Amino acid sequence: MSVLIFIDQSDGHVKKSSLEAITYGADIAKQLGVAAEGIVLGTVSDDLTALGKYGISKVHQVNNNALNHVDAQLYAKIIAEAVTLSGAKVLVFSHNQTGKAVAARVAARLKAGIVSGACALPDTSNGFVVKKTVFSGKAFANISIHSDIKVISLNPNSYKTIVGEGTATIADLNIIVDPSRIKVTAINKVSGDVPLTEADIVVSGGRGLKGPENWGILLDLAKELGAATACSRPVGDAHWRPHHEHVGQTGVQIAPNLYIAIGISGAIQHLAGVNRSKVIVVINKDSEAPFFKAADYGIVGDAFEVVPQLTAAIKKMKASV
Amino acid sequence: MKILVCISKTPDTTSKIAFTDGNTKFDESGVQWIINPYDEWYSLVRAIELKEKDAAVSIHLITIGTADSEPIIRKALALGGDEAIRVNSNSSDAYFIATQIAEIAKQGGYDLIFTGKETIDYNGSSIGGMIAELTDAPYISLATKFELAGTTATITREVDGGEEVAEVDLPLVVSCQKGVAEQRIPNMRGIMAARTKPLKVVEPIAADTLSSIISYELPPAKAGVKLVAADNVSELARLLHEEAKVI
Ligand SMILES: Cc1cc2nc3c(=O)[nH]c(=O)nc-3n(C[C@H](O)[C@H](O)[C@H](O)COP(=O)(O)OP(=O)(O)OC[C@H]3O[C@@H](n4cnc5c(N)ncnc54)[C@H](O)[C@@H]3O)c2cc1C
Repeated sequence: MSVLIFIDQSDGHVKKSSLEAITYGADIAKQLGVAAEGIVLGTVSDDLTALGKYGISKVHQVNNNALNHVDAQLYAKIIAEAVTLSGAKVLVFSHNQTGKAVAARVAARLKAGIVSGACALPDTSNGFVVKKTVFSGKAFANISIHSDIKVISLNPNSYKTIVGEGTATIADLNIIVDPSRIKVTAINKVSGDVPLTEADIVVSGGRGLKGPENWGILLDLAKELGAATACSRPVGDAHWRPHHEHVGQTGVQIAPNLYIAIGISGAIQHLAGVNRSKVIVVINKDSEAPFFKAADYGIVGDAFEVVPQLTAAIKKMKASV
Repeated sequence: MKILVCISKTPDTTSKIAFTDGNTKFDESGVQWIINPYDEWYSLVRAIELKEKDAAVSIHLITIGTADSEPIIRKALALGGDEAIRVNSNSSDAYFIATQIAEIAKQGGYDLIFTGKETIDYNGSSIGGMIAELTDAPYISLATKFELAGTTATITREVDGGEEVAEVDLPLVVSCQKGVAEQRIPNMRGIMAARTKPLKVVEPIAADTLSSIISYELPPAKAGVKLVAADNVSELARLLHEEAKVI
């Protein structure tokens, strides 16, 4: 019996959200008194033995470059086989793009119950109960999994990685890889940018910024903070910003350490996507804006004046430490 | 060419989220129900657009729910779609639900199955992948663009840090999100027509329930906002660094 953690990689690098999943899976293994192991698909340039520091003793790898693109069908088949081979009883994913494509599919294949979007360790005192976010972050549900094998996908940014000591051994998994039925014809990655769902800091703009030509002040602040950028729905709808930046109930749901909302009113549908952020800062010229009720810090003021000053203040502060 | 569109009923986005019966049940009092926005705005509208381009396309809608989900399925039919199937069950288990849809999918021989990327109440993102597994079809999740030429689909999907374009032959399961289509408002003709469109009710097939909801919790209330004066912006930087320790 063991806990198996799916390690997601992109361009040969292990994703930050996977390090969280590894730490989380290793903690479940400790709780159950069993071993924690990982599985990675495709060719990886990162040193996989170093993942031992996050609490896993072994990494199973299917070292085949045909797996460098996610094909849920192939991935599900291979991961399910690895679960069977390794005798894992708990399978952990990050609830990122890959997790959303693959986790439920593997669960169906194994006839295993799944909790997707988990945000805390399972309660194993009486059965196996996992807490997850529901109603787009407005509430939590405790879900009991009844099946022998359990699948959990963990919300990004909801479990802190812990770096300890240790090295993992690498075991090559000899599994036949079927030809993919998906032909990838183009990849458009915004290089250098921090993926929104993994970002520690997110700077977000709303209709209060008046037009796309005014985004410079926001981008400067984001750059100074090493932050990802986001926007409200009307901003995405008006194509002021790319639609994948749209956060909220009908957009991306995020939980960064710091969310800075600039010229966003804080409609309930917007809050639903960002209210799991640890610290929320609101900059809005209207002191009655609903967002202030959900905020930790706020400035009532004109974004066009406040934001450049904030960028300058942070720059100065960084220079002095 | 047959398309199956999965439709789910969810509380309106402005609904007050509260629980009853010792936090074991969602408080439905005063709640307005809507079609899950991802199902409506993106997957259903895209299916309708495909039919508008090619009259040989037929669209069937499916929902798993009790009789009280019928207004939602009629509303979906008012937007478009030829007929609907309701599998009579109140299950909330993804595997149970996906098994029902997969069964209908196998019987109906659909070329394309659309789901929304998730429901806005349960946020599972599970059903599409499960249907694909249970019907042994390829699965493209988080689609932002969907084009069809003959029996080959060209799909743009969200991947970590960007987008990927892929070609896949039908049959296929796709989960849709923003970008795939634009929201539409049903017109009077559609609403009238929906009343007489066939809505078939079937009983679920036997399937395992692998998970169940034990209880709900609301997040702890925020302590309240700390306001910093607009002429003292550097104080905000200091608080974020020294007090909140987030920068
Ligand atoms: C079913 C449904 C789903 C939805 N899903 C989402 C979603 O996922 N995400 C989302 O964001 N919205 C969503 N919405 C829309 C939502 O209800 C709001 O309309 C939207 O969030 C408002 O965007 P905004 O805050 O940018 O614009 P507004 O509400 O117009 O707010 C602009 C704000 O900017 C402030 N402002 C103006 N000028 C300045 C200035 N110079 N300096 C500082 N502040 C200034 C104003 O005081 C105001 O508070 C949804 C709506 C529905 C009905």
